[in-house]
This record gives sequence, structure tokens and C-alpha cells, in this order.
Amino acid sequence: MKNLIKIAVLSLLPVLAMASGGGNEGLDPVDINLADKSSLQRGAKTFVNYCLSCHSAAYMRYERMGTDLGINEQLLRENLMLATEKPGDTMTVTMSEDGAKKWFGVVPPDLSLTARSKGPDWIYTYLRSFYWDKSSPTGWNNTLFPNVAMPHVLYRLQGYREAEFEGTAGGLQHFAGYVEKTPGQMSNEEYDAAMRDLTNFMVYLAEPAKLVRYKIGVWVMIFMGVLILLTYATKKEYWRDVH
Amino acid sequence: MTQEVDNSRRRMLTTVTSGVGLVGVGAMAVPFVASMAPSARAKAAGAPVEVDISTLKEGRMLTVEWRGKPVWIIRRTQKMLDDLAQIRDRLADPDSTVLDQQPTYAHNEYRSIRPEILIVLGVCTHLGCAPTEKFATGAASGISDDWVGGFFCPCHGSAFDFAGRVFRNVPAPTNLVVPPHSFLSENRILVGVDQEETA
Amino acid sequence: MARLMEWVDERFPATKVWEEHVSKYYTPKNFNFWYYFGSLLMLVMVLQIVTGIVLTMHYKPDADLAFASVEYIMRDVPAGWFIRYLHSVGASMLFLAIYLHMFRAMLYGSYKGPRELIWILGMILYIAMMAEAFFGYLLPWGNMSYWGAQVIISLFGAIPVVGEGLAEWIRGDFVVSDATLNRFFAFHVILLPLLLALLVYLHIVALHKTGSNNPDGVEIKKQKDDKGVPLDGIPFHPYYTVKDIFGAAVFMAIFLAIVFFAPELSGWFLEKDNFEPANILQTPPDIVPLWYLTPYYSILRAVTFEWLPGGAKLWGVMAMGLAIVLFFFLPWLDRSKVKSIRYRGWMYKFMLGLFAVTFVVLGYLGTKNPGHIDLIWFKNVVWAQIGMVIYFAFFLLMPIYTRLDRTKPEPDRLTG
Repeated sequence: MKNLIKIAVLSLLPVLAMASGGGNEGLDPVDINLADKSSLQRGAKTFVNYCLSCHSAAYMRYERMGTDLGINEQLLRENLMLATEKPGDTMTVTMSEDGAKKWFGVVPPDLSLTARSKGPDWIYTYLRSFYWDKSSPTGWNNTLFPNVAMPHVLYRLQGYREAEFEGTAGGLQHFAGYVEKTPGQMSNEEYDAAMRDLTNFMVYLAEPAKLVRYKIGVWVMIFMGVLILLTYATKKEYWRDVH
Repeated sequence: MTQEVDNSRRRMLTTVTSGVGLVGVGAMAVPFVASMAPSARAKAAGAPVEVDISTLKEGRMLTVEWRGKPVWIIRRTQKMLDDLAQIRDRLADPDSTVLDQQPTYAHNEYRSIRPEILIVLGVCTHLGCAPTEKFATGAASGISDDWVGGFFCPCHGSAFDFAGRVFRNVPAPTNLVVPPHSFLSENRILVGVDQEETA
Repeated sequence: MARLMEWVDERFPATKVWEEHVSKYYTPKNFNFWYYFGSLLMLVMVLQIVTGIVLTMHYKPDADLAFASVEYIMRDVPAGWFIRYLHSVGASMLFLAIYLHMFRAMLYGSYKGPRELIWILGMILYIAMMAEAFFGYLLPWGNMSYWGAQVIISLFGAIPVVGEGLAEWIRGDFVVSDATLNRFFAFHVILLPLLLALLVYLHIVALHKTGSNNPDGVEIKKQKDDKGVPLDGIPFHPYYTVKDIFGAAVFMAIFLAIVFFAPELSGWFLEKDNFEPANILQTPPDIVPLWYLTPYYSILRAVTFEWLPGGAKLWGVMAMGLAIVLFFFLPWLDRSKVKSIRYRGWMYKFMLGLFAVTFVVLGYLGTKNPGHIDLIWFKNVVWAQIGMVIYFAFFLLMPIYTRLDRTKPEPDRLTG
């Protein structure tokens, strides 16, 4: 009995570890569902059309994306392959590093792994935190990432808005809310849905193996269950000798 | 209190458990073995190569690279094609009976889809050197007076004709390999994809 | 088959070794849960080597190529992601097994005479494993890899007089760079694995000389039958081979569950900051080693007293070193006449329990910012200081409380 308790507690440790992996205060939660292929496809389209001109996704090949997302080669070439002829190529960007440094002050980082280093909630919040700020070099600023060098590439979809700040006793500016100035092509709900799709896609981008990992895992667990029962029965049978 | 040792039960359990265990070990081995297969990067580098032959003149050859190997594309003249039948008795395998050396659609007297366009890998079938062009005929070629043109391998002296077929009494055992290829149009060839696969 | 074995045995001691060390090697019959971890350690070590070999086929130990080569393995190499996760989760599983294996020795007095050498070899193995993990962690060349290495190597700089030169010699450069990466690759892939293999061999040779201890702490060799077989002993094969295979199945089920369902384990097994390439201009907000090194990291950071001669950094390094080195002396610090916790008094039980809790809490604090309050009342650094005192007290006061402790009489025969 004591041993069972020990085993049970030890196998719970990973669960406790997962519970303590928080740190998402101030971020809006996003619903990630990699089984939703149409969401991933919409996200891929947004990514290629808005992000790929400045940011690379250098660890993803077009061909892989097509196969994983259920996009045939013709659709892939027409809609997603804007920078190359070869589907086997990786999603690199044409902007030169020197050019980027000159225009933005910093090279736009590669986005392949952002969903793993910053997390999906961060990306989702970031994409929805831009506001119009005349005092910044690009005219845009971001409440999650103050003074970011990136302009609001998606402004046509979201529209223009400004941010209001209140002064606090310590002299710090405290964010008080956004003020809509001009509507974009999408309503707030539509924009949020599009950003959810884009974030969903970026989670896939960061780890394509995630699409198969869980499925294979279930079979492995079933097999291990059988193996545990068999090895236990064998052990018990031999140990009948021992008194 | 002693208990009877049920040997048959013990043997059965051991066998079944070992069997299932071996299946598990085998399943674990699969990813390790698979990891050594060509990766996506290797496959992308080995992807099919498109060639435009609109500027290729008669009697000339152009070379492209596919999967790290040279591919020769020759626009053969009518004389070159006529000579192919004349020199049959000098060749080791004039009818290309070794089937591995060419796809079925190149298993004919010209070893090609279209008679005038030859596509072969420029890799000697002896030990892999790259043979040199010997398009000049007769004594001028430096090989023999009755040389009708083809390729000569400098490493060990193997010779091939204008259909890539190997001569007798040379070290190379088989004809030059014809790679999978197809015609996308009159002047565009796709090396690496078989003729049936393209629409 | 019998004739083949005869031919071999005339030329190689195959059957002799098999009988002496497996089929006629007598082990106590009362091994419990805590005794699985030795064989599990061997299993995980083999797995690390095999997965490591596959990884070395694709990994590039060059500062410009390393990070990308890991993603190449994760995406382009068939089943590469699985091999990578086996290796990264495997490292953590290895340390989990090490700590449980060591704890067993502390529960049952397995380090006490005549087994002191097994314990010392084991401690050297522990340090070698920590080094192996440290060198391996630089290889992905993520931002945490880089800065973690930078911090730990700079600790050597704290050594007076020779420190800076030593740190430079280790790095092969003035800062952690490509030169460092390449040599850490050599250490991780061949130097330490060879050393580890040798140490495991020696550890088992030493064990087989004395025979295993057991949960009752009673020497089974003292009671033998007329054939010389210990009364409470059973041959290792088939009894413990069959039991250890069962243990391996349970362990692998947990291991594979983590690999397939949560390989990052929310940042405990794969840190988030390491998914960004090494950036010499940007330090991660919190530089934290992986969980298995955090108790010592905690002690290192707990020494904040600048008034000490030489400075807090030097004393922190010495405290951290002492924390590891004290383990070596356990066989001589423990003055109890009794081996197993089953027959010890309340003092040892209390101190060991307190030590285990302190070790875990120190580990937790090692992952947090020292200036924050993540427990209650006090800042983390204060709790780390309290923890450090308890940690050292466990060892340094042991000669006293193990002698004072009222023990129970040990039995002659095993009780199970």
C-alpha cells in the first residue's frame, strides 16, 4: 500500500509541474485547436500575406505545410508560395538584414518558434494590442510590447484606434483603454477570430509534430498498459517461489 | 508451505510477455532506423530539375545536375541516329536487356522518349567517373578509325555510344543509366519525374 | 547450443561471469520500490547513448548552425522529433532516478561500511552526470543555453588568483563562443560518456564484492545454509530480472507519456527561453538551470553577504561546492550502529524527512527570482538561506544526532 502511494505521488509530480507553469497574467487566453484544419489554413493565408514579407519562417517548408494542412500543390503554389517556385524550399524572406536594420532598427525575428518561446496567449494578445501613436517612428505602438519597432501590418483589417492613459500617483502612465477612431474591414469579433486562426497556425508552425504526437501517444499508452499487465503477471508467477 | 511450480504456466507467461516485449522493442527501433533515411532537406535538394532545351542545337549537348550527378541531354542528328543500328556488333548490350539501366519508356532502339533527344546520367557504370565527350568521328577522335562518336571514360578506358550503350571489351559492364524524365512541353524536360506521372 | 557454449567457455569466462554475477548471484529477497532505480538508471543511460548517437548524425556543433540543426532534427529528419524528445525528457528522467536511487541509500544506510566505496563511486557518477548535463545543455545554442553556460563558467572566475585564466581556458575564448560550443560537444559526446561507462562498471564491481544492502539493513551473508547460500538470498536471475523488467515497463510508460503528451512539461524539461537562438545582446529575464541543478543553484544564490572576505560570489561558489562534497562524507558522518531507517530513532527520521523537503524547496526556489516572494512572508532568498542552513545542519550535525538517537535492535533475518 505504501508503495502504491509513493508511485501515485510520483506520477502526479508532472501534473503539479504543469499546473505551476503559469505566468500568463495580463494575457488574453486563446483557444488552440490543431485539429481545426480550416482554421490552420486561414491562419496560413494570413501569415503568408501579412507576415512573410518581413519575417521569415525559416524552419518550415512549403511542401510540409501543404501536406499537413491538407492543401494540394496547385492551391499551395497559387495562394501560399509567393516567393519561390520550389515547394521543397523553406519559408525564407527576401528582405535583406542590412535593409531591415536601416528601416526598422532591428531585424524582424524569425517566427518559426515564437509560439513556443512566447506562448500562444502572448501572440494572440500582441496582435490585438496595437494602437495609433503619432510620437512613434512607425506611427504605431503596442500595449503589450511598448515601443515595438513593428508597425500594425494588420491595420486595414482591424482599423485605427488610439490608447488612453491615466497618470497614477507615482507619475507612471497606466493604460486605461482603447478609443476606436476608424473601423477596419473586419468587425472586432471577425478580427479576433482571424487572429485566433493566425495564432493557431503559429502553434502548428512552431511544432508540426504536434499534429501526430498525441495520436501516436494514445496507441503507445494502450500498448504499455498491456505490457505492464503482462510483466506484472510474469513477475508474480516467478515470485511465488519466494517466501 | 511449498507450492507446486507450474512450469507450463511460467513458460506461457514468459513467452507471451517476451513476445509482446519484442514487439515493443521493434516498434521503438522503427523511428531510430527511419531517422537515417533521407531527410526532407535531402529530398528537397534531390527534387526534380526542369530543363529548357529550346536553345539546344542539333549535334550539341548540355549538362545539368540532378541529385548530385551530371545529366547529359543531347539533341542527336539524323546521322547519329542512323549510326546506332550500324554498330550493334561492337556493343555489349545493344538491346538494353539489362532493365535496371533505363525506364520502360526508354527501352527502345534510341533509349529515349523522342528519338532526337537523349537523356542519360554522365556516370560511367564501371566505377563512377565522368566520361568525356568524343563527338569527333574517325581518326580525329583519337580512339579508332571506325569511331562514330560517343563518350570515352578516361579512368579505365570504357566507351559508350550516342545512346549511352556500352562497347564490348571495356571495364564498364552496363549501358549508361537513363534517369526518370518526362516532357512538360516541346522544349521543357523535367528530370526526376517519370513520363506517366506528369499529367 | 551446449557445445557452442563449451567452445566459448574454454576461451572466455562467459558462463562463469553469468553465474557469478547473475544466475547464482544472491540478492536479498526483500527489495522494495526504492530498489528499482539502479537498473532504471542503466536503462536510461543506454537510451541516452542510443538517442545521442542518432542526434549526432544530424546535429551541427557550430555556433552558426547548431540552433537550426536542432530544428532540422525536429522537422526534416524522419521521427527526429521523437528522438530529440526522448533525449531531452531522458535527461530529466535520469536525474529523477538518480535522486530516488540516492535517497534509497540514505533510507537504508547503503553507504555504510563495507559499502563506502560504492557510495563514493556513485557520488563521482553523480557529479559526472551533472557535468554531462551541463555540457549537453549548451549544445542547442538557445538563449538559455548560452547565458546559463556564461553564468556557470564565470563562477570559476571567482576562484582567487587562477580564476579568470581558468575560465578563459575552459571557454577557449574571452566569452562563451563557438570555441566553447565545439569543445563542450566533444566533452558531452565522448569524454564524459566514456568516463560514465567506466564509473558504472566500477560501481557494479564494487557492489558485487560486498553484495547489496536491503531495507532491513541486515547483512544476508551472515546467515548462510550448508551450501554457502545466504538464507535470505535469492538468485538475481530470474527473480530480479523479471521484477526489474516490470519496473522498466512502468517507468517507460511514464517516460513515454511525457514524451508524447507534454515533452516541455510547462518549461520544466524544455525551457521556453531556449526556443530563441543565443543572443549575446539580450539576457533572458531569469537565468535558471534545469530543475535537477536548481537545489545547488539556490544555495549558490543564497550567499549574499558581501562583507565576507573575497566577496559573496566566492563564498557562494564554495557553499555550493561544499553542498555536493558533503555527500561524500556520509559514511563517516553517520555514527549510527543501525543501518536502516526502520530501526533508527525519531531524530534521524525527522532530519532525513526535513532534508528531503528542504532539498525540494531549495530546488523550487532555484527556479524563481530571489527578490520575489513566492512562498509566504519572506523573500525567496531568505527561505533559500534558511534552507541552506538546514541542508548543512543535516550533514554537519549528523555525528551528534545519529549517536544520540535511540535505535531499535536489528533482526537477524529479513522481515520483508
